[in-house]
Amino acid sequence: MNRIKQLFKNKQEHILNIYFTAGYPHKEDTVAIIKSLSDAGVDLIEVGMPYSDPLADGPTIQESGTQALRNGLTLPLLFEQLREVRKSVDVPLVLMGYFNQVLQYGFDRFLEDCLKAEVDGLILPDLPLYEYEEHYRQKVEAAGLSMSFLITPQTTDDRIKIVDELSDGFIYMVSSAAITGAKSGISDQQITYFERIAAMDLRNPRLIGFGISDHATYATACKYAAGAIIGSAYIKALTAGDEVKTTTDQFVAMVRG
Amino acid sequence: MKTIAVDKHGYYGDFGGAYIPEMLYPNVKELRQTYLSMMQEEKFQQDFQRLLRDYVGRPTPLYLAKRLSEHYGVTIYLKREDLNHTGAHKINNTIGQILLAQRLGKKRIIAETGAGQHGVATATVCALMGVQCIVYMGEVDIARQAPNVARMRMLGAEVRPALSGSRTLKDATNEAIRDWINNPTDTHYIIGSVVGPHPYPDMVARFQSVISEEMRYQLEEHTGRDYPDAIIACVGGGSNAAGAFYHYLNDERVRLVAVEAAGLGINSGESAATSVLGTEGVIHGSRTLLMQTDDGQIIEPYSISAGLDYPGIGPMHAHLIKSGRAEAIHVTDEEALQAALDLSRTEGIIPALETAHAFSALDKMKYKADDVLVVCLSGRGDKDLEAYMKYLDRG
Repeated sequence: MNRIKQLFKNKQEHILNIYFTAGYPHKEDTVAIIKSLSDAGVDLIEVGMPYSDPLADGPTIQESGTQALRNGLTLPLLFEQLREVRKSVDVPLVLMGYFNQVLQYGFDRFLEDCLKAEVDGLILPDLPLYEYEEHYRQKVEAAGLSMSFLITPQTTDDRIKIVDELSDGFIYMVSSAAITGAKSGISDQQITYFERIAAMDLRNPRLIGFGISDHATYATACKYAAGAIIGSAYIKALTAGDEVKTTTDQFVAMVRG
Repeated sequence: MKTIAVDKHGYYGDFGGAYIPEMLYPNVKELRQTYLSMMQEEKFQQDFQRLLRDYVGRPTPLYLAKRLSEHYGVTIYLKREDLNHTGAHKINNTIGQILLAQRLGKKRIIAETGAGQHGVATATVCALMGVQCIVYMGEVDIARQAPNVARMRMLGAEVRPALSGSRTLKDATNEAIRDWINNPTDTHYIIGSVVGPHPYPDMVARFQSVISEEMRYQLEEHTGRDYPDAIIACVGGGSNAAGAFYHYLNDERVRLVAVEAAGLGINSGESAATSVLGTEGVIHGSRTLLMQTDDGQIIEPYSISAGLDYPGIGPMHAHLIKSGRAEAIHVTDEEALQAALDLSRTEGIIPALETAHAFSALDKMKYKADDVLVVCLSGRGDKDLEAYMKYLDRG
C-alpha cells in the first residue's frame, strides 16, 4: 500500500497538504523544503514540477516556476533530489505538473523514476480523463501510484462519479472557478458546493484546494472534506522569508492554528 | 484514399484532442456538443452569410497577378483576403464565433492576438454586436504592432498586456485561457487560429473554409477548372492556410504548401519553423508539433512577424505535414521583407509581413510552366509599415 492510501487509512480529517515549486527559491531548496514540511507535521507534500506555460496557475506559482527553471531545475535533477530526500523522509509525496513535461520525458521512464524516488502520487491537471483511461491508467495503477483528478463547482455529478472511479488516493476539489492563488475567503455559494459533494458519498477522500491560504480557510475546508491543499500562500511565505525551516514552522503553525 | 477530417475525440491522426484543466471542461464540452448543429441551422447560416457579404465584403476577388506570373513564368492567382473588412482573413472566423457566442448566451468576449489582426477582428464584431471585449496581447507585440492596438481601443476593446514568458502570442494565449478559467459561465473565448482544444481547430477551419469554397467557383470561372495545382499559404497557428486548403484537403491533385517563419534562419536559434524544430507535445490544449526543450519546456520562438511568432502549429497542419499531404517551406525575416517589397512594386499590393512569407515561397518551390498557383493573400500590410520603412531605409 502506498503512503497516500496508508495516510487516509489512518487519518480521515485535518489533512494538511502543502504544495511548493521544486527548485524555488533556490535550485537546492527542494530537499530542505520537503524535510522542513515533514518535520512540521504536514501530512502530504505536493512537489510542483516547474513549467514554462502553467495554464491553471496564477502569478505566484507561475513566477516561482519561471525562477526555478532559471535556477536550472530539470526533471532528472528533481528525481535526484527526491531520491536524496527519501533517505530521511517518509511523508507521502505527490508530483504535480503539466502533461507535456511527462510526455516529453517519456511516460514509462517517468513512472520508473517516480518509483525509484518512491513518489506516491501524481496530479496532471491537463491530462484529460479520456486520455488517461484509454492510454495511461493501466500503467499508473500497475506502478502503484495514486492518481488524483480535479473537480470544480461546474463539474456535473455524472462526471464527478467518473473522476471518483479514475482517481485513486484522493480527489482534488477546486474550491472555486479560478486559477491558483486568485481568491481569498470562502463564500456561502462555495459552502453549498462543498456540502453537495460531501453528500455524494464518494469512495475517494477529498482535499479542497485553490483559495486556501490561512487558518480560517483551512478550518472551513476541513469541515467539509478530509483536509486542504495550500500552494500560493506558502510560496509567498518562502519568497518573503529568509530561511526555509523557520518560515515553514511558522507557516504550518499559522495554518493549523 | 484516406479522408482528412477530425475524429470524434478531436484528432487528426495523432494530433489534436482536448488537453485542458478540468476548470475549462464544461465550456469546451458545451462548444463541442453544439458547434456543428448550430453552424448547420438555417438561421445561423443566413446570419453568417449575410454578414460575410454585406459587412465583410465577401466574396473576396481571385485576382490573376499578371506581372507576378510573368516574373515567375507560371500562372499565379491571389486570393484577396486582404480586401476583407479589417484587412485580413481573421474576420471570417470572428463573425462565425460571435454568432455562436450569442446563441450560447455569452455576455463577455475574450481573445488573444499576435499581430493584432485577430484582436481587431474580434473588437470589430464585438462593437457590431454591442458586447464587452477584452483582448490579451503580448507586451512585445503591443510595441511592434501599435497601429492595431490603437484600432482595438478605438473599437472599444480593452487591450490587456501579457507580461509573462516571452510576452508574445503564446503568452497572450495563456492569459486568455486563465481569464476563461476565472470566468467560466458568462464568457466566450474567440480563439483566432486553428489551435487550442477540440473543437476549436475544426470550428475555426470551418469558418475559414469560405476561402477555398469561393476559390473553387472562381477558379472555374477564370480557368475552366475548379482546382489549382498548388495552394500556398503562410502558417503560424495556421488559420488562413486551413481555410485555403479546406475544400482541397482530400483532392490530391492539389499540392498544399505551408510556409513557416524561419526567423533569422532555421538553425539560428531564433526561428519559428515548428514543423522542423518541433517535436510532439501539448500546447494550449492540443497535441501537436511544438518547439520545446528535452525537458518539455516550451521554447520562445522568434519571427519578425508577430502573427507567425508561435511555438506550435495547428493539429491539422501537424498531421498534413507529418503525413506528407502538405509540404512545408521556410522563409526568413529578410526573405519575407524582400518579398513584401517585390509584391508591392510588381502588383501594387502591400501585404502583411505574415503574408509576405507565402510570397517568398514562390522563389523556393518547384512548379511547371503550365501550373496554376493560388497564393492566399491573407492580410494587408498597413500595420507593418514601420518594419518596411526600416528595411527600405537600410537599402
